[in-house]
Amino acid sequence: MNAPLLKLDNVTVQFGGLKAVGDLSFTIGEGELIGLIGPNGAGKTTVFNLITGVYEPTAGAITFANKSVVGHRPYKITARGIARTFQNIRLFPSLSVFDNVRTACNMHLRHGISHALARGPKFSAEEREIEATVMELLEIFSLTAERDAACKSLPYGDQRRLEIVRALATRPKLLLLDEPAAGMNPTEKAELMKLIRFTQEKFGCAVLLVEHDMKVVMGICQRINVLDYGRKIAEGTPTEIRNDPKVIAAYLGKEEE
Amino acid sequence: MFERSKILLVATLLTFAGLSHFAGGISPYYFDILIGIGINIILAVGLNLVNGYTGQFSLGHAGFMAVGAYASSWLTLKYGYSMGSGTLNTTTVFVLALLGGGLGAALAGLIVGVPSLRLKGDYLAIVTLGVNEISKGVLQKAEPLGAQRGLGGMEQHTNFFWTFAFAAITIYVVLNLVGSTYGRGFLAVRDDEIAAEAMGINTTKYKVLAFVLAAFFAGIAGGLYAHFKQFIHPEGFNFLRSVDIVVMVILGGMGNTAGVVVAATLLTILPEFLRAVSRYEWLPEWLRHVAENRMILYSLLLIVLMLTRPQGLFGNFTGKRNSKLQ
Amino acid sequence: MIEFIQQLLNGLGQGSIYALIALGYTMVFGVLRFINFAHGDVFMLGAFAGFYLGPKTLRLFGEGPSYSGAFAALVVAMVLCAVIGIVIEKLCYRPLRDRPKLTVLITAIGVSLFLENAGQLVFGANPQSFPELIVDRALEIPESWGAISGLTITVSQVLVFGVTLLLLFVLRYVVLKTKMGMAMRALSFNPVAASLMGINNDVVISFTFGLGSALAGAAGILTSIQQPSIDPLMGVNAGLKAFVAAVLGGIGNLPGAALGGLLIGVIEALVVGYVSPTYRDAIVFGVLILILIVKPTGLLGVSEREKV
Repeated sequence: MNAPLLKLDNVTVQFGGLKAVGDLSFTIGEGELIGLIGPNGAGKTTVFNLITGVYEPTAGAITFANKSVVGHRPYKITARGIARTFQNIRLFPSLSVFDNVRTACNMHLRHGISHALARGPKFSAEEREIEATVMELLEIFSLTAERDAACKSLPYGDQRRLEIVRALATRPKLLLLDEPAAGMNPTEKAELMKLIRFTQEKFGCAVLLVEHDMKVVMGICQRINVLDYGRKIAEGTPTEIRNDPKVIAAYLGKEEE
Repeated sequence: MFERSKILLVATLLTFAGLSHFAGGISPYYFDILIGIGINIILAVGLNLVNGYTGQFSLGHAGFMAVGAYASSWLTLKYGYSMGSGTLNTTTVFVLALLGGGLGAALAGLIVGVPSLRLKGDYLAIVTLGVNEISKGVLQKAEPLGAQRGLGGMEQHTNFFWTFAFAAITIYVVLNLVGSTYGRGFLAVRDDEIAAEAMGINTTKYKVLAFVLAAFFAGIAGGLYAHFKQFIHPEGFNFLRSVDIVVMVILGGMGNTAGVVVAATLLTILPEFLRAVSRYEWLPEWLRHVAENRMILYSLLLIVLMLTRPQGLFGNFTGKRNSKLQ
Repeated sequence: MIEFIQQLLNGLGQGSIYALIALGYTMVFGVLRFINFAHGDVFMLGAFAGFYLGPKTLRLFGEGPSYSGAFAALVVAMVLCAVIGIVIEKLCYRPLRDRPKLTVLITAIGVSLFLENAGQLVFGANPQSFPELIVDRALEIPESWGAISGLTITVSQVLVFGVTLLLLFVLRYVVLKTKMGMAMRALSFNPVAASLMGINNDVVISFTFGLGSALAGAAGILTSIQQPSIDPLMGVNAGLKAFVAAVLGGIGNLPGAALGGLLIGVIEALVVGYVSPTYRDAIVFGVLILILIVKPTGLLGVSEREKV
């Protein structure tokens, strides 16, 4: 068996006196679709921030494709192949839908500032290439018609999908989705589930999904990790998780003790 | 292959070269204002890359102008006469000196930018302001550069063509940069640094790049200024000169190059207009004093603009809301 | 050695002034997370309040300089500056509370420029000599105290340092023991939660501006007693130094601002005494850049992470 794509090994992060994540270990294999669930405040988004370099772990190791990502700036980690979306949508508010995605193609540019100024044929060719890539992605997520719209004017669900498009434009090997279904109606959610599966297959990237909607998580994830108070309390297939007494206790509270 | 913006730039330069022949007919007073407009356009459009498109806040632009002015003057004073007196030779020396001044300013921008651009808006404003004041202080003590007496003796090489050619080039560079996929990185940094990093954009690199480019153009503007006035003095590049440029950027609309060009033009003419007003004897004494001191008007303009129209006269500024307070 | 102690004492005198101004920067930063660019100019207004009203308050207590007259001038300047600070906040900053930070910063720069230039118009641009509020003289140190008798300590130095200490204790009491102080701390911790707990954020912010500006006003009087030449641009340099002091101590941290102010004063005095007065300003900015690179949270500050 191949080494896992992403490996968290006893990762701990402490903010002041608060241990936001403690001794967390899990792995994601190439092309896998893994869920990460837990009650509010369990530390799910913190895990994303640790993987993408926004926070640095106090202890433990995070390796991606066999190399440590700890201590690297976020943009470098993105360049290595990890892309993410944000729980509280962070699109570039002053840019159009098209430009939001175009910006994410920035790091793959072969020609730099001199070409942008000289505006030679190589530059034009590359800009056209990028436009084609962006349009292809927008097409998949049916956002083509909104190409020139201000991203802030999009409905909530479309903004969430645009964030996924933008993340995909960095050509990730691992995509981290932070509550992509939040604020969507049931039809949109069903649509989203299809899209996530489709992207996983089409782009061959692994997905780590944080989501509160159990239908979505249970419906598409191959394995699920459950966090509570920053610690992993369970791991398994959707069926195993659904019947795990510890998970039920964490979500519903214990009867008595 | 000819790209539209390139054709436009060449056409503009040719037009300026043609117009330059008629510039001699303008009275010295208006010619002075005209060159001032060109220099301010270079300064403001360059600063707009930092304060407008990249969302940082530099408050010491005149400091980089000073570096360019002194460096280029030093170059022409030292090498200007040893190259012979042909028109071609003096022009070459002048343009090379301008570029030298620009590079010197860019280097200064790099030295200041790398440590200070790790800071957020307010800090950056104060650090750049401080650097502006320090550079002025250093110049006041620098004997080889004339210290408190100022530096003079440069020939008047700056003319209509070179001023507006560099203004056109500045506009070309800024617009083409921010319009490209590469340059969208500046706007991403302004909009949301964390999201920009997550999209693989090296935010530090972009901030420093914007800063260095703006400093380069400020250096060019300083060189043009020095070789127009033929005399420079440390006080000419103080904090208030920096404020002048910042006001142009804000009035024009941060991140709106066309607006900034218009604002730079208007605000170059305004002091002349005010000077005329302050001579009207029928006006009350205090009003004439206010007209004499443009900074009072500028400060009120800043406050009123921010309260009523933060996007500037010509709009196009959207920023991250301050999420800490509701 | 005596020379060194003398420089240290001089530094503490100037440092007290920086400390008082720095407290205002840090308090406002604490509740609003922004740097009030115009704060240094409020300090200048304090000095001019003393310039115009000092002679009048002296007359209340008889002829010539007197401690009670000087004290009255101090109180008047503090009250005036508090009012000015509150008005500035209300007119210029409050309407911008939910706007981008850059907008508020530009407004603050505008307010600062306005005060400086309107000051030049109203007070005149040239330096003026501050009225003599107290009789300043060197204290006589008995020969029997040994080497220390070689020091020059003036009445004004003792007064400035003493009043600063007193104000620091009052401030400490206000912030730690009163209801308003508790509200200020709550607000700086989390404004939304504070308002949910029934704190009127507007009132607390006004109070903070008033308190900070009053301290700046006091600094304006105290500095003028030490160096009786004042002008409308005196707030620029002092304000910048005090800002550096606030950052050195850790912006948002009150003891840090006081400590930072004293440190900057001492560093400056030592540079002037042992290196050259030329580098006085440069070294302070050097300190600023150094802290921001090495420890941006300052000596006593704690880091604050942006929520992602």
